[in-house]
Amino acid sequence: MIVLLLFLVPLIGGLLSFFIKNDKAVRGWSLLVSLIVLFLSIASSTFLKSATYLTFSAPWMGNLGSSFSLKLDGLSQILTLLTAIAYPVILIATWKTEYKRPNNFFALMLLTQAGLMGVFTATDALLFYFFWELALIPVYFLCSGWGHERRIAVTFKFFIYTFTASVVMLVGILYLYFLTPDHSFSMQSFYALKIPANTQSWLFWLLFIAFAVKMPVFPFHTWQPDTYEQSPTAATMVLSGIMVKMGLFGLIRWVWPIFPGAFHAWGDVTMSMALIGVIYASLIAIQQDDLKRLIAYSSIAHMGIMVMATFSESAIGMQGVLMQMFNHGINIIGLWIVVELIERQFGTRKLSQLGGLAQKAPALATLLVIVALGNLALPLTNGFIGEFLMFNGIWSTNTANTHRIIFTAGALISIILSAVYTLNMIKKIFFGSTNTLTETAHDAYLNERIILGVLVIIIVVLGVYPQPLLNLGNSFVDVLMNNVNVANLIVK
Amino acid sequence: MNALLFSALSGVIMMFSGLILKNNSTVRMLAHVLLLAVIIVNIVELRGVSFFNIDTKELLVFDRFALLFTLVASICTLAFFLVSSKDMVRVGSNYPDYFALLFFVLSGVIISASFKSLLMLFLGIEILSIPLYILTGSDKRNLKSNEASLKYFLMGSFSTGLMLMGIALVYGATGTFKTGVPFPFELNKVPVLLTAGMMLLLFSMSFKVSAAPFHFWTPDVYDGAPTVFTSFMATIVKAAGFIAFMRLFNDLFGAIQPQWKLLVAIIAAATLFIGNLTAVFQQSVKRMLAYSSISQAGFMVLAVYALNDDAREGLILYTAAYSIATIGIFGLLTKMKDYTFEGFNGFAKQQPVLAATMVTFLLSLAGIPLTAGFLSKFYMLRATINGGSIWLAVFAVLMAAVSVYYYFRLIQAMYFKDGSGNVSIQLSPSFKYTMVALAAVTIVLGIFPNLLINWLYF
Repeated sequence: MIVLLLFLVPLIGGLLSFFIKNDKAVRGWSLLVSLIVLFLSIASSTFLKSATYLTFSAPWMGNLGSSFSLKLDGLSQILTLLTAIAYPVILIATWKTEYKRPNNFFALMLLTQAGLMGVFTATDALLFYFFWELALIPVYFLCSGWGHERRIAVTFKFFIYTFTASVVMLVGILYLYFLTPDHSFSMQSFYALKIPANTQSWLFWLLFIAFAVKMPVFPFHTWQPDTYEQSPTAATMVLSGIMVKMGLFGLIRWVWPIFPGAFHAWGDVTMSMALIGVIYASLIAIQQDDLKRLIAYSSIAHMGIMVMATFSESAIGMQGVLMQMFNHGINIIGLWIVVELIERQFGTRKLSQLGGLAQKAPALATLLVIVALGNLALPLTNGFIGEFLMFNGIWSTNTANTHRIIFTAGALISIILSAVYTLNMIKKIFFGSTNTLTETAHDAYLNERIILGVLVIIIVVLGVYPQPLLNLGNSFVDVLMNNVNVANLIVK
Repeated sequence: MNALLFSALSGVIMMFSGLILKNNSTVRMLAHVLLLAVIIVNIVELRGVSFFNIDTKELLVFDRFALLFTLVASICTLAFFLVSSKDMVRVGSNYPDYFALLFFVLSGVIISASFKSLLMLFLGIEILSIPLYILTGSDKRNLKSNEASLKYFLMGSFSTGLMLMGIALVYGATGTFKTGVPFPFELNKVPVLLTAGMMLLLFSMSFKVSAAPFHFWTPDVYDGAPTVFTSFMATIVKAAGFIAFMRLFNDLFGAIQPQWKLLVAIIAAATLFIGNLTAVFQQSVKRMLAYSSISQAGFMVLAVYALNDDAREGLILYTAAYSIATIGIFGLLTKMKDYTFEGFNGFAKQQPVLAATMVTFLLSLAGIPLTAGFLSKFYMLRATINGGSIWLAVFAVLMAAVSVYYYFRLIQAMYFKDGSGNVSIQLSPSFKYTMVALAAVTIVLGIFPNLLINWLYF
């Protein structure tokens, strides 16, 4: 039941927001809604863990073989928790940002959350597809309506990209539906399929491309830096913090267990694509002068490593991916908050125009440095745990022995590169001498300090004691490994 | 049967009503009442009560499929009346006659949905076409309207000729006009006469539903005709064409599928390709909608291709979803002064409610989930994949993705671009309520399609 509330609360809250015209009121209302969701999410992963709370199923479009069924397992719990934490953080951090027509803005934000919650919990493929689009449409309106000067063309590119890939996925889902003996869209029927290897091979791509565009994996990434740059920062946080995880989630939930054979067979290809993307994005990030683009490319690099770890087909790598999905969400939202503060204060995001902020805004500098260290995976930060597990996974990949050295080495190089661009960014923003623009800077306000402080606490705590998060994902990884192993044996 | 007779009778009543009723609003009221009566008697017949018991000598059959489509068509006509009937005044001075002609078209629609004999198919298509030729040219002083009417008439009569020739050849091969009777020869030895007749019928039906490569008349005719009537032609009439198309190929040629399956697949792919790609380059919303109607036709051809239960259910849903959305968009377009995309700039600021309904319609046409348009496309894809052609389905969804481009251009103009070109238009509250109701229907059908489809069985 609680899983249904996770979806319904933001949905209804969002629809109501359209009618709250007062700026302060609608902000307060959306914050309240997101806090309720946060409470529900924490409850569902701590004290309300019995199956009756975590699953929901109702008949829906019966003659189509689809039902409205939602379920929270380890994977969903981590991602819904991330979504639930991210929303209040985003709303508080952008409290001072002015929006025209705020009722529409916050309504769309909450509707996006509803879509995301649905995506992460759906156990029916058609329902999953519904939510997948439900999360996309409001984001399209958010970015096009409230973004920067090139927003319309850029967001349209993003939308066309994602939509094209997702309709191809729909065809794949339909094909799978006809393969199931009882003609059903349910996840269990899909998992139980024994698909011949050559069918798996092409069907895999129909679904994989949809998720690859979303993550994005090289060469499907071209929409991403532009969209991040042109969107309003609150929407960018949703996009990069949570939405890209939809792709990875789809890969883990809807591709791997259904096509274990193809997942294995194409592993080298996809890992190579991801690796190229990782190195390429890191190199470009080093060259960037625009803060938003820098973080956008760093996000491509980080997602690439997660994709590689997923395709390594190892339990330990999977653990790392689960950790890192959460951590990356937290870290990158922290980075975006700083970008938002800087942009609001100085009206620019150019690194070359900033400098010396540490003297003027020591609190901000301290907090950002910790977030940035988390982003480049320094030990004792949350990023380290995830990345360490993932590298371990990539090293123990069972695809081909000669390749794993290249993959691991490549991924490790990306860590060095990420240190280059992250530290470079910190240097250019905070150190050096102040210029005319940064001369009059003030420090972060209290609400921003509190919210960055909360993120920093999460970063450090999870860096020192990651066990709760690992426990959350543990049983899921076991079940997953069990699923794919059995299936693997039979196909071979 | 009920609806057919009522609708023909209503046409006659409307024709003579001009003699007595001098007031336009009274005429309009009468037309609405008559149409409502048509809908009600049709629902009554769907529930199993027929007022008339005329022996049609098996020329017509009023099965659930025909009745349900009649219901969809007449309800869409009602929606069309509610949205656009006031704008017909501006077309010309023969206000009651327009309603009469529309009722005659509706009779033709009903006949072509329920034919059991090729003669009735021909009659139905003709009864539906001839009033349309007149309506297309009803804006008498407008050169474009005249040109469109003449073009439509010439091309239409040409394709009618093809159809007659095809019917004659089929008669020559089978010895009967009836559909749904087994062929008098073995299926592996199909006579050339039948194949030739089938091809001619295929071409003429493709012409009627504007499937490529027989679509060239569509943009000019739709563009030239008075916008109110374009709305009707592009929706209900086209839908009827598809129902007839599907019935013909299901009942008559269903047994010789290998003969035409590939041809229909090619027509579907070509229609999707040409319709979508050309729509991308249009500057006028009206022309864009004309091409969009071609591309939507491409999806509906998939139903003819697949010919299974999914296809039948899906086609009904598709016609409903497509008609409602298109009628809604045309309804607003009729009231605009500037038909270009720029004319819609900044529309959302002036008319937030109407803009939201437009978004619903456009999303439905583009096939975004939670709208009826998505589910109807979904049914078509399902039917196609079930029919064994996954690559046709992949091609279709890629083309659907292209269609997003031009539908979203309108959304962008309304919401994200500034301007106030011709937005200062007068809109009555009743128009807004109708549009909101249509949008609501679109969404409800998108979540609970069974509300409509269950009528096929229960």
